[in-house]
Amino acid sequence: MSDENHVMSTEDRLIYMANQIARNLAALSEKEAVAMVADHIRDFWDPAMKQRICALAAARPEALTPVAAAAVERVMAL
Amino acid sequence: MTFTRETDHGTPPAIATGKSVTLTIDGETVTMPEGTSIMRAASLTGCSIPKLCATDTVESFGSCRLCLVEVEGRNGYPASCTTPIAEGMVVRTQSERLKQLRRGVMELYISDHPLDCLTCPANGDCELQDQAGAVGLREVRYGYDGATNMGQAKDQSNPYFDFDPSKCIVCSRCVRACDEVQGTFALTIEGRGFDSKVAPSQGQDFLSSECVSCGACVQACPTATLTEKKVVEIGTPDRAVVTTCAYCGVGCTFRAEMRGEELVRMVPWKEGKANRGHSCVKGRFAWGYAQHRDRILHPMIRASVEEPWREVSWEEAIAHTASEFRRIQASYGTRSIGGITSSRCTNEETFLVQKLIRQGFGNNNVDTCARVCHSPTGYGLKTTFGTSAGTQDFDSVMQADVILVIGANPTDGHPVFASRMKKRLRQGAKLIVIDPRRTDLVKSPHVEAAHHLPLRPGTNVAMLTALAHVIVTENLFDETFVRERCDWDEFMDWAAFVAEPSRSPEAVEPLTGVKAEDVRAAARLYATGGNGAIYYGLGVTEHSQGSSTVMAIANLAMATGNVGREGVGVNPLRGQNNVQGACDMGSFPHEFSGYRHVSDDAVRAQFEQAWGVALDAEPGLRIPNMLDAATDGTFKGIFIQGEDILQSDPNTHHVAAGLAAMECVVVQDLFLNETANYAHVFLPGSTFLEKDGTFTNAERRIQRVRKVMTPLNGYGDWEVVQLVAQAMGLNWSYSHPSQIMDEIAALTPTFAGVHYDRLEAEGSLQWPANAAAPDGTPTMHIDGFVRGRGKFVVTDYVPTDEKTGPRFPLLLTTGRILSQYNVGAQTRRTANEAWHPEDRLEMHPSDAENRGIKDGDWVSLKSRAGETSLRALITERVAPGVVYTTFHHPDTQANVITTDYSDWATNCPEYKVTAVQVMPSNGPSDWQRDYASQARHSRRIAPLEAAE
Repeated sequence: MSDENHVMSTEDRLIYMANQIARNLAALSEKEAVAMVADHIRDFWDPAMKQRICALAAARPEALTPVAAAAVERVMAL
Repeated sequence: MTFTRETDHGTPPAIATGKSVTLTIDGETVTMPEGTSIMRAASLTGCSIPKLCATDTVESFGSCRLCLVEVEGRNGYPASCTTPIAEGMVVRTQSERLKQLRRGVMELYISDHPLDCLTCPANGDCELQDQAGAVGLREVRYGYDGATNMGQAKDQSNPYFDFDPSKCIVCSRCVRACDEVQGTFALTIEGRGFDSKVAPSQGQDFLSSECVSCGACVQACPTATLTEKKVVEIGTPDRAVVTTCAYCGVGCTFRAEMRGEELVRMVPWKEGKANRGHSCVKGRFAWGYAQHRDRILHPMIRASVEEPWREVSWEEAIAHTASEFRRIQASYGTRSIGGITSSRCTNEETFLVQKLIRQGFGNNNVDTCARVCHSPTGYGLKTTFGTSAGTQDFDSVMQADVILVIGANPTDGHPVFASRMKKRLRQGAKLIVIDPRRTDLVKSPHVEAAHHLPLRPGTNVAMLTALAHVIVTENLFDETFVRERCDWDEFMDWAAFVAEPSRSPEAVEPLTGVKAEDVRAAARLYATGGNGAIYYGLGVTEHSQGSSTVMAIANLAMATGNVGREGVGVNPLRGQNNVQGACDMGSFPHEFSGYRHVSDDAVRAQFEQAWGVALDAEPGLRIPNMLDAATDGTFKGIFIQGEDILQSDPNTHHVAAGLAAMECVVVQDLFLNETANYAHVFLPGSTFLEKDGTFTNAERRIQRVRKVMTPLNGYGDWEVVQLVAQAMGLNWSYSHPSQIMDEIAALTPTFAGVHYDRLEAEGSLQWPANAAAPDGTPTMHIDGFVRGRGKFVVTDYVPTDEKTGPRFPLLLTTGRILSQYNVGAQTRRTANEAWHPEDRLEMHPSDAENRGIKDGDWVSLKSRAGETSLRALITERVAPGVVYTTFHHPDTQANVITTDYSDWATNCPEYKVTAVQVMPSNGPSDWQRDYASQARHSRRIAPLEAAE
């Protein structure tokens, strides 16, 4: 990472958070990990954060890891 | 309550053997537990044997010879304090010969004691005087003209108590209290015979000695040798009220000894089940902030933070608050405001703040300071065990055989519990410390860790998995326990995961920096050493893998069968006085009280019926999310009760930006804290001495807080919240906090049996306290886990994204020190400043030498988030490559340095790992000077206009 003083934008932070959750569940099978990341977002994120990560998944699909992206897709379907 | 002294039975209770002994004392037949002293047995039957060196907080000593008794069939006159009762024993506590002997002893004492009783600081509260009366002393045959120890200089160096050696009778109660109760061993008797005298450390004064000012010696002293300065200043109390300390999560109970409305002293209550009559420098002495001149006693408002504050009436402040919140919601939506509950306030007040937000604001945007401390405990223990709390009571430590302390420094953070722990260690329990720093527990008088694993910050999960690897691969797990109590398939998955060679101590040694053989030895000790108890603190939770670490700890405890009985368990050492309670009361944005998710229709329906409104089924914003939303322009107003997020939360620049972006920041606090620099409304708060309520400590113990004086601001905090709620149109009509607790009990299954009358009767209750557990639950998960079967969770080590590198080669961890508390708002306004007047940067000598830094030099501390300056403290307590500081002083603002990285599951900040550089500096940074200037500007209060 850069050594410059850097405060993440809210959008970058949401993406970071989703990916971080996925990364911490990486020891699970992909199916389990996707379900747990989706459950986590559903249970702990406020509606605006959920809407925003769903929009980001569409606008910046490359920013999310495959597990995080699949989880967000599942959140969108809720 | 009128003023009565607590009964002193002279010696502690006997160690329980289950057997009883019947004897006769002064003609009365009594039956007592085996091992009880004659003195205690007599006292319990209502017969008070004269004594001076005996007190029931320390073991008997047998030095004063005042407590002699006669025992039929035995020669001589045994000391009743050191003689245990025996079957059929016949004891006489009073006879002519005993009277003569006691008078003789007392004459010797008095011949070397000043007879200035009328002006003595003891003010008549003097055991020596009492005992002189008890033995009928009428003359001193030796006169007062011989050699004496009178006229010696007082040691008044300690800010809270004086030491007058002239009045010392060398009973050693203070020395023994320091040794046995506190475990510091700071006092000794120096000299021999007539020259014997009490001395702190190596002939130093009290302040510069090793004394930690816990007050145990003062409490034990039978004369005016050790006397609180407040007693000297005010005189004796005339009433006492038992209440609960408002500092750390130990939850010590005290007798607030009062003269009228003036607090004379706080004396630890011997009946208190959390502290068992002990205290620390904060609870015992550091309550002067309650009357400090900095307290704000009148509500204030201002249109902009650039303007000075304007004092207004309560009516105007409350109406303004309500109208601003409603205006913002009308403009920006229901979810554009929120609030933060306080872990320093009572359960009842916390419950009301979250109720105000859910019922009045119509959303779930409520959070609490546990976000930045133990939110991973909530997540981790709920996931694995089924409930978000520690498993034991504090007494349990006395049954532990192996104590594993990870990421906690209890001698500083939880000192009264640390004393209990050290007592158990002195009895022979083994200690494992997992901590980057060489904390006091690692090696202190009569305590030494069997293993200290000084891991690199950020590698907790790798370390715990390596311990698990040893336990699984060496077949040290408790298969019977796991099969009976846990999900076996999940255990097998976990066991296979931890058994991978890549997770062995040898494989992770390059990550953790800890020798594999030490890790293996520690794992074997924990798994096979008998009752294994884990205690942990913020060194576990305040990481990007805080929740994983909590679950890894739970895995270890379950795998070794160390859950569900006395002496074992998983014990989070909660930080603030009521952080457990604040979490229990529904302060998290996704949970109602009792940790039930807001999306649970049945639970929500209960609250909707009780509160008469539809409630939001979606989780609200956490504190960092609120700040993000504020900078994005969607979150515009906040109610903050008793919390200073600008100083306590990470990345100060970001917190300030979030607060500055809001249109209405309401702060309710005792002082104009740092957060109030960005506030538009200030509502004065009340101290724990000024209101009724309850706190819940780290062992889930609910204890009463009792009002001992009138609130200086006119209202308890719960009343202020009620006023805001009423102004927002809510039909609240509580007239006493007990009514709020009744509502909590009605809506929270784990609190169903908690009512003020029960608390009065029992002294305290540990939740769950309900029909299934009418007397509360000291130990959890005895017959089964709350969630059913214990859940093993695979915890994969994920390195933090906060990396060291050429520009930031050192790792900073932050923490606290004994004499200060949290952001220091309270303790900085007491004489505790004598011990810690500034935050210092602890640095290893080799790192300091490489940079040309000497002890006491100003240094610049810089991270990717910010820069500050403070002075260096060169010490080997920290390992090379690691630096450490506290966050007690706003002048330093250690959180300018900490980053936005946080726990993956809860967003608890990663305070314990920040990559930094340290370089010599000339003094405070430009930012610090600017900040101080801005804070001064923001704290201006406009002079009141003269009445027409």
